Amino acid sequence: MLDIAVSYDRYKFLGNEFLTWLWFMIENDQTLFTKIDIECTALEMGDKISFENNKKESLEVVSIKGDHAGWEEGKLSLQKGSVVTQLNLLYHSGPGKWRFSLKGESLGIANLKTPEGGRVETKEDIEGAILEKIFLLDKAISFIQALFSRFLRLRISPQWETDSIPMIRNWINSTK
Amino acid sequence: MGLLSSSVSVTRYAIQEKLDGPVIETVYNGLCKQSFKEIENRSESKSTGWTSFEKPFKANFEDSSFLVGAYMVFAVRVDKKTVPPKLLKKHYSLEVEKKLADTGRERLSINEKEMIRDGVLNRLLIRIPAVPDIYDVIWNYEESYAWFFSGTKSANEEFESLFLKSFKLSAIRLFPYTQADLASNLTDSERDLFQKLQPTNFVD
Repeated sequence: MLDIAVSYDRYKFLGNEFLTWLWFMIENDQTLFTKIDIECTALEMGDKISFENNKKESLEVVSIKGDHAGWEEGKLSLQKGSVVTQLNLLYHSGPGKWRFSLKGESLGIANLKTPEGGRVETKEDIEGAILEKIFLLDKAISFIQALFSRFLRLRISPQWETDSIPMIRNWINSTK
Repeated sequence: MGLLSSSVSVTRYAIQEKLDGPVIETVYNGLCKQSFKEIENRSESKSTGWTSFEKPFKANFEDSSFLVGAYMVFAVRVDKKTVPPKLLKKHYSLEVEKKLADTGRERLSINEKEMIRDGVLNRLLIRIPAVPDIYDVIWNYEESYAWFFSGTKSANEEFESLFLKSFKLSAIRLFPYTQADLASNLTDSERDLFQKLQPTNFVD
């Protein structure tokens, strides 16, 4: 295995590409999410996307925020060579809704809000509350891990070059 | 932002190595040996150690079990004292003036100044209260993973170092490379392809 610090920097592009692919899949093929989680009813863009563009003279960081934001500006940013560095997502599964931010370079999960669990009223309730919360967190974490594994297998396959890149390029360029 | 907070940040870890000896007893001993030590009324500026999930301000693994179902649940506590630079400068200047007056000299040597600075800093650290940070940990030993409830680099480094010191096991942070290498079940040929990946140019 490579040195941790070296491998973090060397492969952070992979996490950013994962987020770009995820955004593309959200807009173009929701069936993927049901294949991974049969209870998943939708994966949606949340209220924030962050980009970085290091093709310019100095590193440019752009964030787009808003609950009902149109993401066209984001695609324009991709057209200029930016990469997605962070996505806020809404994951619907069964009757529940999870909201979280996913960072590309670290795959770190921030501000993860799960559906509400039962109330903790007595000391005895704590153990149940912990197990319930672990179950709810695990649902989102396992979903992300499965999505990344799916992306990774596509990314190392010939289909990435022949199918995925042309489709993602068309999607990026569909905004003028 | 702890496990039961409405909003959490999670860093995932792979813990692939196994403990020498019975799991629960070895973990209990590791937690106790590196449990959090208070630094109130002492001159240390920082203390890091394990504490219990339920009672983070009273580290005691006998009163409160760390086993919840298949999980081990505990927390890292990091207390820090920060002396404001202006406060240090004020007390240092007063001390230097006193020393000059007492000795009748016009200046002090570098060594004397350093000793005064260290003495002032130690006295202030004893008087300044420590600010605690608590980060919860979930460890699923059977499935070889842990979750650490912070995304802050410094907190993650404290956890990794404390974990290694306590259990002689490496907690490996899962980011794109380690997630692919350790947690995606790649075959040898898939791993070879993965190692050769280069960034995609999405712009024509």
